[in-house]
Amino acid sequence: MTDLSRRRFLQVTAAGAGVAAAAGGLGAALGAVRPARARGLRTVPTFCDSCFWKCNAIASVADGALWKLEGNPEDPLSRGRLCPRGTGGVGAHADPDRLRAPLLRANVRGEARWTAVTWDEALGHIADKLQTIKARYGPEAVALFSHGLGGTFLKHTLKAYGAVNVAAPSFAQCRGPRDVGFELTFGEGVGSPERTDIANARCLVLIGSHLGENMHNTQVQEFAEAVGAGASIIVVDPRFSIAASKAKHYLPVRPGTDLALVLAWMNVLVTEGLYDREYIAQHGFGFDAFAAELAPWTPEWAFPETGIEPEVIRETAREMARHRPATLVHPGRRASWYGDDAQRSRAIALLNALLGSWGRKGGFYQPASMTVPAYPYPPYPVSTRGKVDSPGKKYPFASEPLTTGIRDATITGKPYPIKGWFVYATNLIQAMPNQAETIAAIQNLDLLVVVDVIGSEIAGWADVVLPEATYLERYDELNVELFREPFVALRQPVVEPPDDQQPNWWIARKLAVKLGLERYYPWKTIEEYLDHRLRGAGLSLDELKQKGVVRGPRPPIYFEDGVTPSFATPSRKIELYSVQLKDAGFDPVPSYTRPEPGPPGAFRLLFGRAPVHSFSRTQTNPVLSQAMAENELWLNAAVATRMGLPSGKRVRLRNQDGVVSEFSIAVRATEAIRPDCVYLVHGFGHSSKMLPSARGRGASDAQLVTRYKTDPVMGGSGMNVNFVTLEQEG
Amino acid sequence: MARLGMVIDTRRCVGCQDCVVACKTENRTPHGMNRDWITYAYQGTFPALSLTIQSERCNHCDDPPCVSCCPTGASHVHDWGGVVLIDHDACIGCKACVASCPYDARYIHPDGYADKCTFCIHRVEQSKDPACVAVCPTRCMHFGDLDDPESEVSRLLASRRHHAILPEAGTGPRIFYLE
Repeated sequence: MTDLSRRRFLQVTAAGAGVAAAAGGLGAALGAVRPARARGLRTVPTFCDSCFWKCNAIASVADGALWKLEGNPEDPLSRGRLCPRGTGGVGAHADPDRLRAPLLRANVRGEARWTAVTWDEALGHIADKLQTIKARYGPEAVALFSHGLGGTFLKHTLKAYGAVNVAAPSFAQCRGPRDVGFELTFGEGVGSPERTDIANARCLVLIGSHLGENMHNTQVQEFAEAVGAGASIIVVDPRFSIAASKAKHYLPVRPGTDLALVLAWMNVLVTEGLYDREYIAQHGFGFDAFAAELAPWTPEWAFPETGIEPEVIRETAREMARHRPATLVHPGRRASWYGDDAQRSRAIALLNALLGSWGRKGGFYQPASMTVPAYPYPPYPVSTRGKVDSPGKKYPFASEPLTTGIRDATITGKPYPIKGWFVYATNLIQAMPNQAETIAAIQNLDLLVVVDVIGSEIAGWADVVLPEATYLERYDELNVELFREPFVALRQPVVEPPDDQQPNWWIARKLAVKLGLERYYPWKTIEEYLDHRLRGAGLSLDELKQKGVVRGPRPPIYFEDGVTPSFATPSRKIELYSVQLKDAGFDPVPSYTRPEPGPPGAFRLLFGRAPVHSFSRTQTNPVLSQAMAENELWLNAAVATRMGLPSGKRVRLRNQDGVVSEFSIAVRATEAIRPDCVYLVHGFGHSSKMLPSARGRGASDAQLVTRYKTDPVMGGSGMNVNFVTLEQEG
Repeated sequence: MARLGMVIDTRRCVGCQDCVVACKTENRTPHGMNRDWITYAYQGTFPALSLTIQSERCNHCDDPPCVSCCPTGASHVHDWGGVVLIDHDACIGCKACVASCPYDARYIHPDGYADKCTFCIHRVEQSKDPACVAVCPTRCMHFGDLDDPESEVSRLLASRRHHAILPEAGTGPRIFYLE
């Protein structure tokens, strides 16, 4: 050790830790009672909303104050252990920057000047505007952007109103390309939670997927199990990630060339006859044509593209073959990188097919869910106008609506005008590429309503902001999970909301009543709704309130255990060669195009996740902000030395279009990244005046993503196509 | 008498800070102060790198200098398990213990007393693991009696290469890291 104390050392290595953020009401929530003297302790099972994984938790309340959250031991997802965001979820309740009352815009859009109003006034105002839009443009002119389970009831109200355009950034800006790549190959996607059998993998390949930093609880738990069991880990990443530090083979790929590597791996498996011949013969369609297409993509060809030596490509391909079918080439999560992402994801799917891992232990299992019938609502009005996001099937394989498509329609008024946006629990300003386009679209709206727990950037642009109760203060839709072990779970209130916040179901129902759509809400209380649904499954609300989670019988999940292989593709087989892609004018087998280089001297801007934060939604959480208060710019150490930028030096980023980051970010000079790119954690650099405890902390990647390359196959937004230079702060 | 200690598998640990967050909520540590923390040590040059991640805290040393230097007896070795604890009411906040600790494990609580990891003795007394061990999603942390050769911690130490932090300080640290 050096003469630095260990705590000082901590501050250097995990900079940001210990930086004080506004403490807010945390003391009240956490400090009131010492554990040894805790009286009146009660526990409430519920499920988490720190991210979309929906782990089941047990909340402890001491003397009426929320104390802590722990994993529910009965939960197949968390297995009794929450991730740091889930553990720190108590801070959502105590967040100093929570929205506290309904707000009406008092001045021009974007100024975030508000008049606090009653719920009756706010919802009355919204209902009036909705009726006007419906009369003038039709109900289809109101779109909903919604992330997560909590949007269920608002979706119901707006569909009852006649809305048809409903999208989430989780498709076009995130997992969409991956899902489409797998759908085109196996006939179905990988789902969420992903059907990856990491725990039983003998060889795990991660391509840009940084498990351990990307804290999807079950996956990280299984990753640690695989590491502990000595599985062979292969990590492909321009950055030496935490996962890379566990790897047998770390391949520091040149950014944007992953597809070349995957093609070369497949070339080796086919050329050397290492693939699963029996599996391919039984389940594969078009192998010969597929193999012919692969011929040019040799390791020698891939070397100058990827920077990975031919022998390393061969050795890692052989390593995968040695462990097949228990070799899992992980599909990743956010796959919206370079605009050819559906084809790259399809190549990953094809590589898994060659290894025979789909449907097999240590590969991709077959998930199951319990049957919990939907609540019997009246049918929604039928629209003849179609959706606006992919007119004329512009993106033929988009399997979910595109946020960017709705945004385009809002800007152009084509194929028909969009005049109202409802935004639920998603910060579109940070989630979608090119903020100027989002703002241009907003200027065309007659109504923008944001429903959220904190006043994120998109709330700053709203006409009406509705403060939602956090997940710890509300009932919500049931989680009927599709997983390796089926279960149904209940979210229920643990504590009261501190101010005038309301649960989403209450907001949605009340709005429906104002719109004269009460018949779509035959239930009066959420308890009535939940009990009705649960009774349809032979359960009851009382049971779920007690247990939080009820598990169903474990069905077989592998082909070898009796799952009948079936593929919902046109050929009813695994489509090694895709006729439907060919017919639509795309490559039937993925092929590689070199990514466009950036301006000389500029770094490719890469971004990802930290284990203690979710999106741009947790930076004001006083527990989590203590663990990480701001992001840092990962910069290769040799480059940093050359540029005179030691760790801690603050810089602003200027992108290829002259956009400069609004706030500065500290350099993290590190060996752990290639010299041709920089990396930061997404979600920081908040500019919202409604988030004083997070505003200006670190830099926002989203602000610099002015360019994006749209995936022609499915309309995804490739966002890793921006380049930055660094400007030292004075 | 039991000799409580921890064994942490650095191979499994991903440095996610769940142990840090769980300690904070379990023990309600003051804002910006932590009883445990993570260190990340990179070695080598890109791309030939290695990374060692360690979850660190009070080592509950066999020969704790924080106890021998305490003028009031507030810092003491608990009868059961040899856990090093602080009697907050007896502590005068003189900081001698803070200075004596080779691990920098202690801080002065805003209420005026020295504070640090207790191995969650309030949980251990209820047969639960400390909060950091119980929460760890990678199951890299193990807690138990180092004097019991049949305990999980003893068996892990017997089967794997391991190290302690600053053994040369001579305090007999009781947290061990599997390599």
